[in-house]
Amino acid sequence: MKFLRNILDNMEPHFHHGGKWEKWYALYEAVDTIFYQPNTVTRTTAHVRDGIDLKRIMITVWACAFPAMFYGMYNLGFQANTVLAEMGATSIEGWRGALILMLAGHDPSSIWDNLIYGAAFFVPIYFITFVVGGFWEVLFAVKRGHEINEGFFVTSILFALTCPPDLPLWQAALGISFGVVIGKEVFGGTGKNFLNPALTGRAFLFFAYPASMSGDAVWTAVDGYTGATALSVAAQQGMDALTQQMSWLDAFFGQMQGSIGEVSTLAILLGGLVLLFMGIASTRIVLGVFIGTTLTSLLYGAVGDASSNPMFAMPFYWHFVLGGFAFGAFFMATDPVSASMTNAGKWWFGGLIGFMVVTIRVVNPAFPEGMMLAILFANIFAPLIDHFVVQANIKRRLARG
Amino acid sequence: MEVLLSIFTESVFLKNMALSYFLGMCTFLAISKKVDAAIGLGIAVIVVLGITVPVNNLLYTYLLSEGALAWAGYPEVDLSFLGLISYIGVIAAIVQIMEMVLDKYVPALYNALGVFLPLITVNCAILGGALLMVERDYNFGESVVFGVGSGVGWALAIVALAGIREKLKYSDVPHGLQGLGITFITVGLMSLGFMAFGGIKL
Repeated sequence: MKFLRNILDNMEPHFHHGGKWEKWYALYEAVDTIFYQPNTVTRTTAHVRDGIDLKRIMITVWACAFPAMFYGMYNLGFQANTVLAEMGATSIEGWRGALILMLAGHDPSSIWDNLIYGAAFFVPIYFITFVVGGFWEVLFAVKRGHEINEGFFVTSILFALTCPPDLPLWQAALGISFGVVIGKEVFGGTGKNFLNPALTGRAFLFFAYPASMSGDAVWTAVDGYTGATALSVAAQQGMDALTQQMSWLDAFFGQMQGSIGEVSTLAILLGGLVLLFMGIASTRIVLGVFIGTTLTSLLYGAVGDASSNPMFAMPFYWHFVLGGFAFGAFFMATDPVSASMTNAGKWWFGGLIGFMVVTIRVVNPAFPEGMMLAILFANIFAPLIDHFVVQANIKRRLARG
Repeated sequence: MEVLLSIFTESVFLKNMALSYFLGMCTFLAISKKVDAAIGLGIAVIVVLGITVPVNNLLYTYLLSEGALAWAGYPEVDLSFLGLISYIGVIAAIVQIMEMVLDKYVPALYNALGVFLPLITVNCAILGGALLMVERDYNFGESVVFGVGSGVGWALAIVALAGIREKLKYSDVPHGLQGLGITFITVGLMSLGFMAFGGIKL
């Protein structure tokens, strides 16, 4: 380790003001602080004494997305290989097919084969997302003189995990560019934006290229095969058709169609509980989302007429395990920048997401899935919620005398 | 009743004056720096829209539309080309009257609204409300609900924008985008969020 420190220390003067690589200081700083704790400390006024910093927080979130990522790759391969086996096909066309044949087969019962198949689709998306998003991040950091921020690690993995497997790579590049530049960097980078950048990018793609982001054809990585997500099955054919296809536990474990990272509630829960336990994700927001969803779906179940719209009959515990609900609740809604900041506000913020997600799923026939738009909608109102909470606090304290 | 309810939700969320028609942008962008001021303006817009749209509706049905003058013995007269100028005249007059009434009887509210009240006369959301009402063939009851509903939608949007802009005070916007530029981007992103309602059929 001493060796590495020496290399970094030797290089350091070149990056400082007047050095020959002065412009690239942001890059040096990023590498240095990945390996070593920075030795700068707060010197003035009151501050919290804590070993953790933004970098460690972001890396933790990134690592916590791994269970969902690996399960997502496995499931992607499993779904595709099952379809291939039914069709009697032994390989797929294109460079991905060649890559898969080199490393594995197409047996849906083999975990390895499924993982490789999934990786052949997910890794390119993630790679493109990372490189293109990283390019913008570094460009803005160098030009505007702020540090490269690991919030980008989180944004890129969350964005890649919410993509459908069949997404064309240039669209992934376009989406993450919009998310990082318009969603975050124009406001000044991490901590200054008001919408979740990963979701902004995804929403941009969703409305610009609906054919690649929604519908029935995009969820299985096999050309020409259409398989509906659980939510659109429920919306079109009703709860009975859905329960014939899968039990609640199937949906909980996640053997179904969907965006890469969103399918398994169990895998998301693994990472999500770690985040809650470490205090990185706010428990108030997550509970707020669950409470809001429960109350709203009970309300719709009571007043709605299930014969005209089968979604009215979907019970709340099904809402929890379908679509992007769990992924959104644990990883997206808890983004500390775009969520409400006050403690009471977090409950309301979560509750608003819960209300909106059920409302969109049930009432809006255009979008069977609602988590993305619900979180964006709540992001818009998050500062307002904070404002009213703060006003209420001021009023209460004044009354106290 | 159900029709009225769906017109109300539609005008608040789906066909939001500010975020899906981008009407009333001048005041929307100018008076959204502080939440309190935005709330005041929002209330003023709700009241003005709630009064002027039904009044214009009456004007249209009994004076301007084709055959509306049948009660006076001129069934073939069509005055709808006078619509634009009549609506804006009605709006200006009503805002003026409202200002005087408020000044006399509710001075607290009058002071709170301050300069916003006369400003509203030239707010295109108000004239837009009247024109949309004509275009969609609302009857009197529907136009009351539509007026109040679109006012509430506009107020909701400007208050949310003010909340975001109060938060954005702490952001570090590139030099060329500061001020109106970033506000336009913000409003665009907000309407992306409001797309959640697009596609709902009531």
